Amino acid sequence: MTALQRKLDNPVAHLTEADIENLGAELDAIRAHVIASRGERDAAYIRNVIDGQRKLELASRAILLFSLFPPAWIAGTAGLAVSKIIDNMEIGHNVMHGQWDWMRDPKIHSTTWEWDSASPAAMWKHSHNELHHTYTNVLGKDRDLGYGIMRVDEDQQWTVFNLVQPLTNFINACVFQYGIAAYDLQIGRYLKGKADKVEFRRQGKEVAAKVGRQALKDYVLHPLLSGPSAVTTFTANLTANLIRNLWTHSVIMCGHFPDGVQTYEKTSIDGETRGQWYLRQMLGSANISGGQWLHFMTGNLSFQIEHHLFPDLPSNRYQEIAPKVAELFERYGLTYTSGPLPQQVASAWMKVVRLSLPNALATRRLPRLGLRRASSPATRQLGKAA
Amino acid sequence: MTTTTVRPTANGLRRRVLELAERMTTPLLPGDYLDLVAPLRSGAPLRGRITAVHPETRDSVTVMIKPGSGWQPHIPGQYVRVGIDIDGVRQWRTYSLTSHTDRPDGHISITVKAIPNGTVSNYLVHRATVGTLLQLDQAAGDFVLPTSVPGKLLFVTAGSGITPVIGILRNLVDGTHAVTDAVVVHCAPTSEDVIFGGELRRLAAHGLIRLIEINTASDGRLDVARLHEVVDDLTERHTWACGPAGLLDALQRRWAEQGVGARLHTERFRADVLTTGDGGTVTFTKSGATAEATGDKTLLDTGEAAGVLMPSGCRMGVCFGCAVPLRKGVVRDVRTGDVTSAAEGDGLVIQTCISAAAGACDIDI
Repeated sequence: MTALQRKLDNPVAHLTEADIENLGAELDAIRAHVIASRGERDAAYIRNVIDGQRKLELASRAILLFSLFPPAWIAGTAGLAVSKIIDNMEIGHNVMHGQWDWMRDPKIHSTTWEWDSASPAAMWKHSHNELHHTYTNVLGKDRDLGYGIMRVDEDQQWTVFNLVQPLTNFINACVFQYGIAAYDLQIGRYLKGKADKVEFRRQGKEVAAKVGRQALKDYVLHPLLSGPSAVTTFTANLTANLIRNLWTHSVIMCGHFPDGVQTYEKTSIDGETRGQWYLRQMLGSANISGGQWLHFMTGNLSFQIEHHLFPDLPSNRYQEIAPKVAELFERYGLTYTSGPLPQQVASAWMKVVRLSLPNALATRRLPRLGLRRASSPATRQLGKAA
Repeated sequence: MTTTTVRPTANGLRRRVLELAERMTTPLLPGDYLDLVAPLRSGAPLRGRITAVHPETRDSVTVMIKPGSGWQPHIPGQYVRVGIDIDGVRQWRTYSLTSHTDRPDGHISITVKAIPNGTVSNYLVHRATVGTLLQLDQAAGDFVLPTSVPGKLLFVTAGSGITPVIGILRNLVDGTHAVTDAVVVHCAPTSEDVIFGGELRRLAAHGLIRLIEINTASDGRLDVARLHEVVDDLTERHTWACGPAGLLDALQRRWAEQGVGARLHTERFRADVLTTGDGGTVTFTKSGATAEATGDKTLLDTGEAAGVLMPSGCRMGVCFGCAVPLRKGVVRDVRTGDVTSAAEGDGLVIQTCISAAAGACDIDI
């Protein structure tokens, strides 16, 4: 991937300014249609999901009281892992985006929600909703491009630390909830001396307190409650958190790292119109294809493109508008990046491995090892496209 | 040497158990799980469940509600704030309580007349079903009789203005108070339109009240200036009136002119009508600032220009970083032109970066 502005075969070169504004108007119409039809069905959906998730969690924790018996351990761990994934993905992420604020229910609201994750809601909302969703895929602005610990774009500078980024990425995947907390805390900025120290310490205390509460619950209180099954309940909670971390990390890598996703130069968003903003979101995200359960378990982030176009529409609607959005892509001659989960995860990982090397090495040596980029080498040439 | 040991009291123990439960359910609260099975339990936010819906007239119903354990008995004449999810959106309205206060099952009732374009009233009259969960507040309002009931009473009501009065009458007649002399002047388009018509006429037939029905479709509106022609001892009566603003204003003028304004108690149906013009005075209630906003300037910009520490994020309606409660007032979505209004207690949260004032607004920041 190279900043779109540097590509010779710029994928949006064929669009005029008027085209882009028309595209924006068509997307506004899709959004307006959903908003006008939001109602009881949607409200019932999110309430059912929350209801079901809480019951699943209670049932799983009840089963884990007897986790000394291996079948109970397996069932309880699986249930707890699924419940934690739903809490983070379909409920937490989406509620905190304000997708359900229109219901005016203070219990299901972006300003009051807290999730089962190390990162406190308020900090996550800032780094995710404000920074990532506003500056999506803008080099030097969107820290989600590699989370500040990896190089996932040719235009990001290579350093010797990038050599170990496949390992870094794997470790981050295993402890992803803490990775997100550290990321939201902007530890990197602090270490470089760019952060307000007082504010950093205040936020650090908040994160530590939440990490402590989460750990006390999962690793001390529920195991103790299990009596003779304390040790196995401890390992069950550890495993459930690990499964949740690996799953969420994989899904999130699929959103912006796979081949075909475009990045943007810092200056390209100066004076960006709403149509241009939409266009950036369209080409800066990738979907995951699959069945109902896949979409549900990804929190409908499998419709990453639709989510980035309309971050505050109810998640159950992304699937419904996806055909209309895909049709727009086709009509405007744009590529709707999508693929099955294994393919997208592999594509994202491939990029992490390939870009652990400097550009010159990555393009010359790795193809021989079978690590090949999907796009043509011609796009590597410098020079601004129109 | 003596030592004193502090024995944990029942309350202290309860608190500790609760704390432990909270640590086990973090980041949620134990109540979030209990709500799944027992939403009406004691300690839960006050809710109620519809147990029956009885038609009263062609456009009004009485809704029976089983309130949560935390419900405190009301005083007849008071109203209750009810929050109902309609088309997925929580809507809050206030309705007068019409039930006996000493029902053995503890259920309460509100009586609702469908008003044209009324979201909540039409829902309750035409769509509400038994089993629906509602949000409630404790009963409130001072449209009630004093503890020592005056000897001579007059009730002047129109349309659904009878609802707080029927609550008072039912409890007067059934209770320990003897009603010696109560006059009810009630206005409705026709005799069929009288909510609780049968019951009022029965009370009158038993000599418990004197009922004067005014059918406005044939008789015209009640002329307050000529009220003494049907109730000759008007000024001697402590009066409770509920109905449209025009009627209440006329009554207040007449009672004041005769120097007995203190004997008149009124209950208005609705708060002041919201204006939906462009722009308006914005009050930032926590910071104490006010600003004149134009219709094309966002509340975020207005607040910032007024020196209010506004939370903000993407400034394009995406991130919800700027969301703050609109305590009351009217705003317009600058993207779509859609107008949203809120009344005190609605708990409506708006995004200031895409909202402009469309009338006076109180913002809780």
